[in-house]
Amino acid sequence: MGKLEGKVAFITGAARGQGRSHAVRLAQEGADIIAVDACTEIATVDYPLSTPEDLAETVRQVEALDRRIIAGQVDVRDGAGLTAAVDKGVAELGRLDVVVANAGIASFAPAEQLTDEAWDAMIDINLSGVFKSVRPTIRHLKANPEGGAIVLTSSTAGLKGIPNIAHYTAAKHGVVGLMKVLANELARYRIRVNTIHPTNVDTPMIMNEGAYRLFRPDLEHPTREDVADTFAGLNAMPVPWVDVLDISEAVLYLVSDSGRYVTGVQLPIDAGMVVR
Amino acid sequence: MTAGRMQGKVVLITGAGRGMGRSHAIRLAQEGADVIGTDICGPVPGGQAPVTTAEDLAATVAAVEGLDRRMVTFQADVTDEAAFTAGLADSVAQLGRLDCAVANAGVGGVPHRVVEMPVQDWRDVLETNLTGVFITAKAAVPHIRAHGEGGSILLISSALGLRGMQTGAAYVAAKHGVVGLMRSLAIELAPAGIRVNSIHPTNVATPMIHNDDTYRLFRPDLAAPGEDDVRDTFQALNLLKVPWIDPVDVSEAVLYLAADSGRYVTGAQHKVDAGWTTK
Repeated sequence: MGKLEGKVAFITGAARGQGRSHAVRLAQEGADIIAVDACTEIATVDYPLSTPEDLAETVRQVEALDRRIIAGQVDVRDGAGLTAAVDKGVAELGRLDVVVANAGIASFAPAEQLTDEAWDAMIDINLSGVFKSVRPTIRHLKANPEGGAIVLTSSTAGLKGIPNIAHYTAAKHGVVGLMKVLANELARYRIRVNTIHPTNVDTPMIMNEGAYRLFRPDLEHPTREDVADTFAGLNAMPVPWVDVLDISEAVLYLVSDSGRYVTGVQLPIDAGMVVR
Repeated sequence: MTAGRMQGKVVLITGAGRGMGRSHAIRLAQEGADVIGTDICGPVPGGQAPVTTAEDLAATVAAVEGLDRRMVTFQADVTDEAAFTAGLADSVAQLGRLDCAVANAGVGGVPHRVVEMPVQDWRDVLETNLTGVFITAKAAVPHIRAHGEGGSILLISSALGLRGMQTGAAYVAAKHGVVGLMRSLAIELAPAGIRVNSIHPTNVATPMIHNDDTYRLFRPDLAAPGEDDVRDTFQALNLLKVPWIDPVDVSEAVLYLAADSGRYVTGAQHKVDAGWTTK
């Protein structure tokens, strides 16, 4: 018997990386999935973003587990599109129990060189996009007599200042403020709201040459192997990055009955980056 | 049946006689762990009546053995370093290894405002709730380190490790102190793959809160308040509509952090507080 048998989870940024892992892990525990992803390029992001083929692969993996999935190509900057996707998913799957606001981007520059475009895109996606993703789900969660659980994906950059990502850090700190308000507003409906704070995770968001070059400016074409030691130097534990599944296990703990009285928590999955 | 999440692991739990300690022992044993349980099984300065007994600890053993897991116990005071360290070494020798330690033993203390608090009452609470946690962790580390596979140390703090409370300064100070210990230990042990986290529960349905003294503290207006009289006052502390949580809710946090699910979680102050500290 899965821990989420009969439940429905809405996940943003579900085409690949952490979002896909969450969809698959929650489906393994019995959940049906409502998945969205923008599947589009963004001018200020210099690594390749997800594609419709990626989202189709998430659908395939969830269906291979004999769970249902309603997937849509929706950008988290599109509030109306998100509302439509959530309403459609709930209409087809019958209910909503879990929300994982996971979609996000990264780009890198010292603050004085950050362009308006890079700043605005970051805040639009990584902060406003989280709000716009959660907003249309509230009415469905309230209608659920069992309540529900919302997880907002923040970052270690939501807990401390990290050079070269002022916009990302500001957005991820903002997500914590949003979480604290939602936890207060929604507790009376048995809806719990928590943030998760991963260190670097082995996904395309950090596994790209632009990010590598930031960590190894001494090399012209640094590779994954070249940056492993530098990444490991950020963490207290001797690991360069964590796996998507480590984040999914945190999500699973928080959204299932195991976390039924956990709300307002900022949970680090950070190999000790913040404590060190 | 799938393998348990703690299969092949050995966990140390202090305060295993009843309450949260017993719940952790059972929950982790359900996932395959063998258990080393210790309890003072007698009166402890600053502790609540009735005292934990040897029969309580035996009941925990029976529950764990009922799950077909092994449990070794030793009766010791967590503030007695020599006795505790020796008891643990003997227990680890019997079960073969140690992977995880849950420093759970604690006392509630006697409520006083600071200006009226006898220094002995302060010392009693600090001794068990902070120094006892230090001794537990100190004794456990060499055994966890010995096999080189890493491990997990969980220090049970409290919502009062994050917030103040009038008439509770000693408990609050000790539980805040546990966070400092956790943070330093997390840094010291990360290179060895040993993770250290604190857990911060709201009120939990155990004898520490379900007793006449605590009821009177919450309802000073009543001569002999009972559980129903204090429900609303406890509830008002939490965001979620629940007066107190069950020991198993804390055990689920222990399990998440002790098992592979939390293999990269360290240095966290993990709250299981029904939103108390988010208000």
